[in-house]
Amino acid sequence: MKIHEYQAKKILSDFGVPVPQGEIAETAAQARAISSRLGREVVIKAQIHAGGRGKGGGVKLAHSPDEAERVASSILGMQLVTHQTSPQGVKVRRVLVEEVVRPKKELYLGMVIDRSTAQPVIMASESGGMEIEEVAARTPEKILKVPIEPGLGVLPFQARRIAFGLGLPADVLNRAVSLVTSLYRAFEAKDCSLAEINPLILGEEGRLLALDAKMVIDENALFRHPEIRELRDVEQEDPLEVEASGYSINYIKLDGDIGCMVNGAGLAMATMDIIKLYGGEPANFLDVGGGASAKQVENAFRILLSDRNVKAVLINIFGGIMRCDVVAQGVIEAARKLMIKVPVVVRLEGTNVEQGQELLRGSGLNFTVASGMRDAAEKVVKLAR
Amino acid sequence: MAILIDQNTRLLVQGITGKEGTFHTRQAVKYGTQVVAGVTPGKGGETVDGIPVYNTVIDAATSEGANASVIFVPPAFAADAIMEAADAGIPLVVCISEGIPTLDMVRIIGLLKARGCRLIGPNCPGVISPGKSKIGIMPGHIHKMGSVGVISRSGTLTYEVVFQLTEHGIGQSTCIGIGGDPIVGTHFIDCLELFEADPDTEAVVLIGEIGGTAEEEAASFVKGSMQKPVIGFVAGSTAPPGRRMGHAGAIISGGKGTAAEKISAWKAAGIRVCQSPAEIGATVEELLKKRKET
Repeated sequence: MKIHEYQAKKILSDFGVPVPQGEIAETAAQARAISSRLGREVVIKAQIHAGGRGKGGGVKLAHSPDEAERVASSILGMQLVTHQTSPQGVKVRRVLVEEVVRPKKELYLGMVIDRSTAQPVIMASESGGMEIEEVAARTPEKILKVPIEPGLGVLPFQARRIAFGLGLPADVLNRAVSLVTSLYRAFEAKDCSLAEINPLILGEEGRLLALDAKMVIDENALFRHPEIRELRDVEQEDPLEVEASGYSINYIKLDGDIGCMVNGAGLAMATMDIIKLYGGEPANFLDVGGGASAKQVENAFRILLSDRNVKAVLINIFGGIMRCDVVAQGVIEAARKLMIKVPVVVRLEGTNVEQGQELLRGSGLNFTVASGMRDAAEKVVKLAR
Repeated sequence: MAILIDQNTRLLVQGITGKEGTFHTRQAVKYGTQVVAGVTPGKGGETVDGIPVYNTVIDAATSEGANASVIFVPPAFAADAIMEAADAGIPLVVCISEGIPTLDMVRIIGLLKARGCRLIGPNCPGVISPGKSKIGIMPGHIHKMGSVGVISRSGTLTYEVVFQLTEHGIGQSTCIGIGGDPIVGTHFIDCLELFEADPDTEAVVLIGEIGGTAEEEAASFVKGSMQKPVIGFVAGSTAPPGRRMGHAGAIISGGKGTAAEKISAWKAAGIRVCQSPAEIGATVEELLKKRKET
């Protein structure tokens, strides 16, 4: 689960990571007031989950409360388009009004889980303020990686190694060690999959602080973080995906016109892949899960068909424990209730498959029965044309 | 011979009195798996279809001589359940539970080996040696005894592949679902090693997906250490970057973990890669036929 920059900064600050002084404004008047309070030059930063806000025009300086009000007014309510948003962009509802701290050095400090070693790893680089993937691609040797023993946390010698590795002067050492340790404590306490400070800056008067912060929380851990669940901003998510998550249906909207409904994530990905292979474009990923009950099938259909682009639907259900005639019943009931008009190709496999297919054929609805994934893909691609 | 489990496997079920636990215990018994005990804290002394239930894994293991465990425990408690089994000396633990926090797994994974415990999963369908033993939720009836090993990160996609193999008359020695999470106890490479050493396995099918580097690591092993033929499919060529595709581990992060990279690594290692998931059974049949002719 993603959270906003200002939310990440609050968490990090609570754990002892220094962040610039700043507050959230939801109106231009609030921005003016904050700028007055801070009493100096400020930066106004759009708060959306996507990156690339600066290039998109969502980050601007203001030299007076008057200017802060004007700048905030232009950013608040804008549809901010960046390389990480859809072409329509995201509406900006709030801005972070922050003191400007001019960096002498821009560094990178981040933490993720290394999947192959199953350990948290701290990454640090003197190349801050740019996309870390670019640095990793062009100059990987410029990224220092320190794996952390999960039972021990960050040991002081590791934090020192990172501090020296970042080229920080000796008089900043203690604060750097403390910052690295604090970042790790926040990462662990909040069940992060990513905690990133980019850039971490060494500013005037030797100030060391997080100029930007990004935290992504492990969705599997949300059950034990009510305080993080409260931070969810559904406006940053696709509304259909939000609705689907309410039904415990995994749904991801794509750009094509062939809707898919599958039980199982791997099979769902393979179904999207085979549709593409036979010349079609999947409209979505949808894992209806182990249940595939009539109710879940109905919910899944409703979500799928809310996407106006969908011209045909492929249902691919491999019934292990689930009987195919039970699945077929559910599909028929749902299609009737929702008065589905688009052609639906159904491929069932597993127990009672013939009975299931018979039910579909005899339903009088626009179902095409397929046998095997290849037949299913070919049929649905043809129907969508 | 098969790998990991066979007719000598004595299984205990953690979470046996829950809905999933009871249902799948019954399925396992129907298949012929020796289920010797169950564990649900607080329900010790009860029975499920005559199978004794214990309060702790150590009690169940010592009383009934269990040498494997399957875990049907809610994700919030599953890492603890895995550790309890490892601590009790169970050498093979299969964790079905989906949704375990990643840091919970990070905290325990390094401790399992030291206790002589091999973990399969979590978030996996389990392990089956057709005709011998079934640990997990896979439908037994689609499987057939034979000599092809199957290793997969998926659940229903594995069944699809197994179904195709069986339809083509190709039986399976052992099928292992290693799970869809980013941190798992057993990787492709561990299973490949076992299959290479198993006299009853003549070829291996790998089912990968986007995210992580397990497929690439498998490729290195196949290239350097395997003589037996390997056929594979990678799901997720059409997956968009940065999105979690159902499985917690199925995510392209920072441009890394794409299906294209994995397919490329597999081809370079001499793995026969199927472009279509519908052609896997036919490809294996063709390959095995060719080998018999040479």
